[in-house]
Order: sequence, then C-alpha cells, then structure tokens
Amino acid sequence: MRILVVGGGMGGTIFANNLARRIHQEMKAGKARITMLSASDQHVYQPGWLYVAMGRATPDELVREQASLLEPGIEFHVDPVEEFHLAENHVKTKSGKVHEYDVMVISTGSRPTPENIPGLKENSVNCYTAENAVQFFHQLADFKGGRIVVAVGLPHKCPMIPLEVTFAMHDFIKDKGLLDKTEFYYTYPIGRVHSLENVAKWAAPEFDRMGIKYETLFNMKEVDGKNAAVLSEEGGTVKYDLLVAVPPHKGQEVIEKNKLGENGWIPTNRNSLHMEGEYGKNVLVLGDTTNIPISKAGSTTHFEAEVAAENIAAVIKIGRPVREYDGKVFCFIEAGKDRATYAMFNYTTPPQPKAPTGAVHAFKMAYNQLYWASARGLL
Amino acid sequence: MSTERVVDARGSFCPGPLMELIANMKMMAVGDTLELLSTDAGSAADVPEWVKKVGHEMVGTEQDAEGTWHIHVRKAK
Repeated sequence: MRILVVGGGMGGTIFANNLARRIHQEMKAGKARITMLSASDQHVYQPGWLYVAMGRATPDELVREQASLLEPGIEFHVDPVEEFHLAENHVKTKSGKVHEYDVMVISTGSRPTPENIPGLKENSVNCYTAENAVQFFHQLADFKGGRIVVAVGLPHKCPMIPLEVTFAMHDFIKDKGLLDKTEFYYTYPIGRVHSLENVAKWAAPEFDRMGIKYETLFNMKEVDGKNAAVLSEEGGTVKYDLLVAVPPHKGQEVIEKNKLGENGWIPTNRNSLHMEGEYGKNVLVLGDTTNIPISKAGSTTHFEAEVAAENIAAVIKIGRPVREYDGKVFCFIEAGKDRATYAMFNYTTPPQPKAPTGAVHAFKMAYNQLYWASARGLL
Repeated sequence: MSTERVVDARGSFCPGPLMELIANMKMMAVGDTLELLSTDAGSAADVPEWVKKVGHEMVGTEQDAEGTWHIHVRKAK
C-alpha cells in the first residue's frame, strides 16, 4: 500500500511516525510505503510563539530538522504539492514530480490572514509567526503605558490564545511596574469572553479580579490606524495604544486553488476523517485543514492523527478501520506566567476547567519539550 | 440567484455554533441564506442577538424531534 502524507506539520508528522511503527514489518517487506511531501525542511512548534512574544523563548528553540523527527523508512521530500488529481490517485509537486497513492492524508494546516481585515496587518501585533512574535515582544518591551486592546478574528487557530495572551501580557506589564499606567481591553466575537461556556465562566471573574475590561459581540471590521481605533461589525469603536490581534485564518492556498474546499477548509467526515465526496474513500484529512466545527488546535490534529494511523494500520492488517474520532481536544490554558489550567472535551462532553495552578503550568512547560517526543509519535 | 449553505455545528463546543456562523457569513454574498444546525440550546437565543446587532436578518428557527435547532439567517449587508 502506498501511503502519501501531504504536509509535514504536527498532524502529518504524528500520523506518519505512528503509522510507521505500527506497520514497520510491512514496510520492511516492501508491502507498504510511506511518503511525506512538505513545503519545508523545518518543523516548528507553533504554540511556542506565545512565549517568544513574552520574551521567554527565542524562535530557534522551537525548530527542529523535519528529517530528524521521522521514523526510519519514511520517504521525505521537501517538494510541496501543487496539483491534486484525485480521480487518478496522484499529486503533482512543485518540482514536477508525480506521486501516486493508494491512501492520501492531507494535513497542510492553516495560515493567519490579517490582510483580510483592512488595516489590521499594518497596525497590530500577533503571535502567529516567528517574525510576528518577535515584533510583538519588541513592542511590548518598549510599551510605556496606555491601552492594550485584544481583538479577535474568525476563524482562528488555537482558541485559547485570546485568553492566554491577555493573561500573559497582564503579568508582563505587572512585572514591569506599569499596571497603574496600563488599561487592558479584551474583545471577543460572541456574547461571552470565550467560546467554551465553562471556560468563559472561569475567565470573566479572573478578568474582573485583574481589572481587565472586556467587550463581547465584537467582530473586527477594520482598523483605522490614523486614529488608532478598531471598528466592529456591530458598530463599536475601540481606541488602542497597542493592538494585539488574533487574526482570522484560512487554509492553505493549494487547497483553494485545487478546489478541495472553500477558504482552504476541506469538507471532512467528523468521525471517519475521510474527505467528503466521491474521492474521499482513500483520502483522509487532519487538523486545521478540515472543516469540522471543532478547535483548530494542535491537540485536535494530534488525536485525529492517532485515529487515522491506527485505522490505516488496521486496514492493512485486518482489512477494515477500527476506530472513529470522537472529537477529543485537550488544550492547556496559560493563565499568566506561572499558572495554568486546561480544557478537555469531545463532541458530547463539554470541558470542566479547574482553577489554575502552578503544577499545571509546570506540566505545560514540560510538554513544550515533550512535544518533540509527541511529534515522533511516542507520546 | 441566492444560495443556502448548511453549517453543521452539532456537537461543537469550541468554536461553537455562533462562531461557526459568523465565520461562514463572511464567505457569503448579500442575500444568501444559511441554515445552522446546533445542539446547543443557547444558539436559539445568542444567534438572533448577534444577527440583530449586526443587521442581518433572521429567517426562522425550529427544533426537530431529535432536539437539533435549525436556525436560518439571511446575510443583509
């Protein structure tokens, strides 16, 4: 069986490594082959950019050579896919090579698109790329007081970031001794401070305790850089001295160009993870790339990748898949520089977040290093 | 000609039905309608609240025998 993995991020890497260990005998015997195509020879731990923005990590600490993370036997090419030919079961890459497959897994991720809101890119900082996170830190480090506004676009990757970045900035400013000169103003698209109701019930009193003001039902329409103001779809106007954005996201351009999904999100069955439609029988989709209405987060793609790998291995060994994805998501929530909690939920059970503790924060810091074992499919 | 898209947000706690609706409305043309499927009872109240505040149009809301809310919204601007 020829298994083609498109994308060398978290989903593709965990899937390929997990599967390779399950089917190493078949790979050794030449009965199965795993090929991965990626746009980069580097693998980035994207959740680390929050720490870069707070001056607690540098971008190089978050990067490993992709080839060093892969199980022996996985064929890896830095040669991104440009054309998907689903009817013929092959893809064509940037270099012009054609790769045929029996099963394809697409895990190309998402990208921030601040340019989709007029004025946002030029007038805000964010922690969604290494470059932006460094710029964010410089602006925060140079901040002398004033109003810091957090504004959130939809859809976005990592749903905890709006809260985490707010709590983290609060502690940063507190440590600088500028709390009395700083006003925090948090905005959010729906009628509470977070999409998860129980998380919102915990976070709103935390904001109140810290003196963080908030406005809900606030969807960015445009940013007026000249007057330093964010205008909302709902008719609101909020002035800022430093604008921290959670930009809206899209899937990758190659998905849109090949008409696999509107805005780069591929219609995907929420349980089997197969692409919807006539060519979905041998195509699976993972992580941010899907249109499944759950969190675009690393843990989502991690758990999906495990299900997909187990199922493909089972198809090879016993002729049919064995599991369905139940919507499991586990997100840490950093509640400042030294406390954290978490939210775990699936399609049927909402999260019940606990009060943040230093122990959960320590676990999160440990996980930031353990991630490399996770990417290797070991954890 | 206007078209209707269906957004199946059943079982979505995060980002949740309203955030799914808002994200999808951005991809629609003025006059198009959307049917939101939600198992969150809160959607029957928070979707109309947002739709009214922004100035779109509620077309209708009903709950089927299995408890799923079907909320129809038209993009007005």
